[in-house]
Amino acid sequence: MNNARENILKRLRSKPRDTNDLQDNLIPDYGWDKEKKIERLIEQMQAVRTEVQRLGKNQWIDWINNELPKRKLNRVLAGSTKEGLAFKESAHHSLEVQDYSQNIEQFKATLFNQIDAGITTTRGGIADTGSLILWPDEQEPRLLSLVPPVHIALLKSDEIYESLAQAIESQHWENAMPSNALLVSGPSKTADIQQTLAYGIHGPKQLIVLILE
Amino acid sequence: MPQTEAFVQRIDKALANHQARQNLRATMDRLKLKRLQQFPDKRQLDDLRHQAKSIRQKTLDHLPELLEQLEEKLTQNGIQVHWAETAEQANSIVHDILSKADAKTVVKGKSMVSEEIDMNAYLEQQGIEVIESDLGEFIIQLAHEPPSHIIMPAIHKNARDVAKLFHQHFPELAYTEDVDELTLSARKILRNKFASADAGISGVNFAVAETGTLCLVENEGNGRLSTTVPDLHIAITGIEKVIEKLEDLPPLLNILPKTATGQTITTYVNMISGPRKDNEKDGPREVHLVLLDNTRSDIHSSDEFIDTLRCIRCGSCINHCPVYVQVGGHAYGSTYPGPIGTVLEPQRIGLKQMGDLTSACSLCGACAEACPVQIPLPSLINRLRAESNNQQFGNSRTSGKGSLRNRSEAMTWKLWSFTHARPWLYAIFGWTASRLRFLAPSKLGGWTKYRTAPKPAPQTLHELARQQGFDNE
Repeated sequence: MNNARENILKRLRSKPRDTNDLQDNLIPDYGWDKEKKIERLIEQMQAVRTEVQRLGKNQWIDWINNELPKRKLNRVLAGSTKEGLAFKESAHHSLEVQDYSQNIEQFKATLFNQIDAGITTTRGGIADTGSLILWPDEQEPRLLSLVPPVHIALLKSDEIYESLAQAIESQHWENAMPSNALLVSGPSKTADIQQTLAYGIHGPKQLIVLILE
Repeated sequence: MPQTEAFVQRIDKALANHQARQNLRATMDRLKLKRLQQFPDKRQLDDLRHQAKSIRQKTLDHLPELLEQLEEKLTQNGIQVHWAETAEQANSIVHDILSKADAKTVVKGKSMVSEEIDMNAYLEQQGIEVIESDLGEFIIQLAHEPPSHIIMPAIHKNARDVAKLFHQHFPELAYTEDVDELTLSARKILRNKFASADAGISGVNFAVAETGTLCLVENEGNGRLSTTVPDLHIAITGIEKVIEKLEDLPPLLNILPKTATGQTITTYVNMISGPRKDNEKDGPREVHLVLLDNTRSDIHSSDEFIDTLRCIRCGSCINHCPVYVQVGGHAYGSTYPGPIGTVLEPQRIGLKQMGDLTSACSLCGACAEACPVQIPLPSLINRLRAESNNQQFGNSRTSGKGSLRNRSEAMTWKLWSFTHARPWLYAIFGWTASRLRFLAPSKLGGWTKYRTAPKPAPQTLHELARQQGFDNE
């Protein structure tokens, strides 16, 4: 198959090209202050049925402890981040908190069938599209935010960027991309049947974003 | 000419289905409106389009270097890169990878390139079970039909069609025409497939050369599941999908969902830069990228047709096409329908087989105005028409040039241009036609099937003008 590579490249080189009519990429600059960014993010998220709560820095564990039993989301999966560990310490006794500490091969059955909600941190938010930035890693595996029917994401209010371009630039993504980076902008949805919007086709049916001061 | 006959037959069949036409019309109108609402400022939209065009153009101008850089970066990141010149090569590469991993079941994310090379049929022949997991693709896989739109593959089906299909294939499920319940059923059926599949296959929306990143956009999460749960992920894409830098991604991500479906952003943007690392708990241990040429390098060599390769497959040209909205995607009989299909398919497959698609166009220009990367689709369609009638036309590598030349048509146009270049002959022709107008036939084949036959006026325009006092002779 090595021939294929050489043949393709040779054909592509048969006609050398010069670029003109180029312009620099515009990074949008909305000039939004913190409150405006939060406002815009919430507006965008709610437009696609994401639930958003604004909480004090240390209120989120209480919120989860209060809300999840009420909503019958008792089997909770958290990562081994500092937040995940803190939650496990103080989780309400009616919640059954699981660890994503095994490899998927051993954990698959539990993950797919016995978890009601997954909790993750985020690497920030994007105001103009209402998106969360997730960089899954060994502490917060990729499927933690995808397989459980409800995804609860913690977002720090001072880590919200105006745009994706700004986030990439500020966080220098080009230097070190993780094996998987994600933008998540709502619960899973589809309009493939008769162009009718339906939520929860494959990923989480519900996305709950807790914005922390 | 069997190509033409078959095409006309498919069109007649589509035109006779009034319900489907009405549904499609309503859907397209809604999509156009939603797109428009995303771009309240026309000037801003044009700036965005120009920027997106520049990024794609820059890529194509440096394509060989960028492909080499992409390969190098991906390899560093642990993703294995394969090159395929043809559909057959691509299919056999994918099959080899699956065989080596002893993979018997595959879940697929949506990929038009895999449709282009008929991958499912190939793999199924080799005894591999392939499940399409995008809801639209899942539906048409059950119906054994090809997609009728590049981003809404089951757009030709209504809820009742889907209800019947599900009931037929999954009799254990209660019959329902409720879209939410149908969606939930699909979720249940496909969850098990994700959990048990040996491999996942997906397309790619953008491949970033700078960082070696495969970027996929989707709303359902099936793409993420297909590329994350199984231990093996094979991505396949056309060689033109590369972009130079990560900073080129935001402008394209900004315009793609807005033009495609009128969404600000898709639910998921999935950026894959490597397989599972040693300490990571999930993600595929093996990731492959198959780079497919399949005539793209030939298209790249033409100064005009290279613009075709800027396409980011948003489907906006299709949504705006007055022909597509009447006949739907299946009438085209090609993998890619609508304006982009009309331009791409004759180049990919040959004018002899696909050149007639170019006749299903009024050159109205709506597609070019809607295109987020400013591909001059009508000019390219017009050019392909010329190529299909003239063996010598242009210096592109399109196959089948001149293959649709029709002798009597060519003769008619020769006479037409001969007459119009000679005033005295034109005057005689005009006078004769107007005086012998009673001889004009009332039936003119296909033309009079839906229209009345044209009849020359009793007097020529020149005569009428002279009577009004115009005289420049």
